[in-house]
Amino acid sequence: MMPTQDLAGSKIWQRRSGRESLFHWILWLLGIAIFAYCWQQISAATTWFFVWDAPRIADDIWTRATPPKWEYITQLGKPIWDTFNIATLGTIFALILAVPVAFLAARNTTPSRLFIRPVALLIIVSTRSINSLIWALLLIAIIGPGVFSGVVAIAIRSIGFCAKLLYEAIEEIDATQVEAISATGASRWQVMAYGIVPQVLPAFAGIAVFRWDINIRESTVLGLVGAGGIGLQLSSSLNVLAWPQVSLILLVILVAVVISEWVSAKVRGAII
Amino acid sequence: MSNQSFDINAKLGKSWKKPPLVQQKWLRWTLLTGFLVYLVLAYWSIDVNWARVYVGLERGQKFILAFTDPDFTSRSADIWEGITESIVMTVASSVVGIAISIPIALGAARNVAPLPVYLVCRGIIAISRALQEIIVAILLVAIFGFGPLAGFLTLSFATIGFLAKLLAEDIESMDRVQAEAIKASGARWAQWINYGVQPQVMPRLIGLSVYRLDINFRESAILGLVGAGGIGATLNTAFDRYEYGTAAAILLIIIVLVMALEYLSGAVRARVQ
Repeated sequence: MMPTQDLAGSKIWQRRSGRESLFHWILWLLGIAIFAYCWQQISAATTWFFVWDAPRIADDIWTRATPPKWEYITQLGKPIWDTFNIATLGTIFALILAVPVAFLAARNTTPSRLFIRPVALLIIVSTRSINSLIWALLLIAIIGPGVFSGVVAIAIRSIGFCAKLLYEAIEEIDATQVEAISATGASRWQVMAYGIVPQVLPAFAGIAVFRWDINIRESTVLGLVGAGGIGLQLSSSLNVLAWPQVSLILLVILVAVVISEWVSAKVRGAII
Repeated sequence: MSNQSFDINAKLGKSWKKPPLVQQKWLRWTLLTGFLVYLVLAYWSIDVNWARVYVGLERGQKFILAFTDPDFTSRSADIWEGITESIVMTVASSVVGIAISIPIALGAARNVAPLPVYLVCRGIIAISRALQEIIVAILLVAIFGFGPLAGFLTLSFATIGFLAKLLAEDIESMDRVQAEAIKASGARWAQWINYGVQPQVMPRLIGLSVYRLDINFRESAILGLVGAGGIGATLNTAFDRYEYGTAAAILLIIIVLVMALEYLSGAVRARVQ
């Protein structure tokens, strides 16, 4: 029955019944109260004098940062190459590690649902929920600053992402093909190689390129904590307030991100 | 078989082989050698200091051991402050970001908005998506000063690009017939949106909002590295002081909160969709 409101004898349609709209009001009230509290917290931790001064400062930074120092680009070649390496090698290592994890995590290929699958899922969740910058921070404390820390950070961060997407693809495979291969008397590994792998290979390639694109993005900023790449130049330029260099680096990063997104979209379009 | 050059006599007496991934022989070999050359070049230019890595392994072991005995107590005040600040930033920025992205999503849907509005809104989305959170945070910290306000603005800005794009795609793929029926009853534009469009995209909007809340929390954990508030600053300090127990505790809290949020967002999305 549609909720109606009796108004002077004639019934008028309403979207919600009285109880529903009361419930909605309470929900909204609660939401607004929570937001008000959060905003109050932020406001209390803010120096409002700086905020009122912000337009002037923004204008000041803009005049300092333009035009970008174009000749600085000659010094950016090596950092860009490093950034590219961090993303690419990180993705390759991540894929090498993610494949076994994904096969252990997928319900239809895991050797043991009770013991091994939870461990694989734990690896996926814990590597995924920590940002690559935090991994980089951690690895710099352990193996020292440099490109290698960046590669390992990107690799660890990507394991969970790749393994999650890959195991979902493995769980969605066509079981009849697998059965057909095992009906020929194939061993466990032969079933894997001829029944399962060909089915998930396109998904695997798609995931690899997708993650590579994300990793290019992330590796451009890893240098901020000392893990190599163009972020290192960004951080040192920021530290000496060399705004014309900062604006050039930001432009380069923007171009790199756009190119990698374009490449990844093209490759994924060709595969799928 | 659809393969035209299938010659049965050539195949007879030979065992079957898996067809290669890349059909042309020269292309396969070029790709392979190119890849190997790249690997060698990349390895040369990375220049790993293995002695340093070896020394660090001991520290790494210490850190991994710290996970078995995380230290929640000795910096509990700092941890508590950082975590609440992260949560506060997450909630406030999600609310503001969603509120702003709804009109932008309407503007970026070609079947709702006229062309000039569409182009402006798509431009806003493209800018927001191209700039990474951490870079936006650096600029906003430089402009607004240290503190959670810069983090809040960063996350709100990032939310716009994400939510408006996906919501606009949903609006564009909605059922025209229902929307037209509302229009035919003589509804004004606002009524049309409210009764014709909104009910169709509401499940997706709720799902995306919860998902974005989840992402915003993860991002809020790193904004502190550049001084934009949240738990990241506490974590950075813990690493700098080599207090692995505290760092492990913070990471465990982040992992648990992310898992809880992920579970919540999964449950909400399963319910509304």
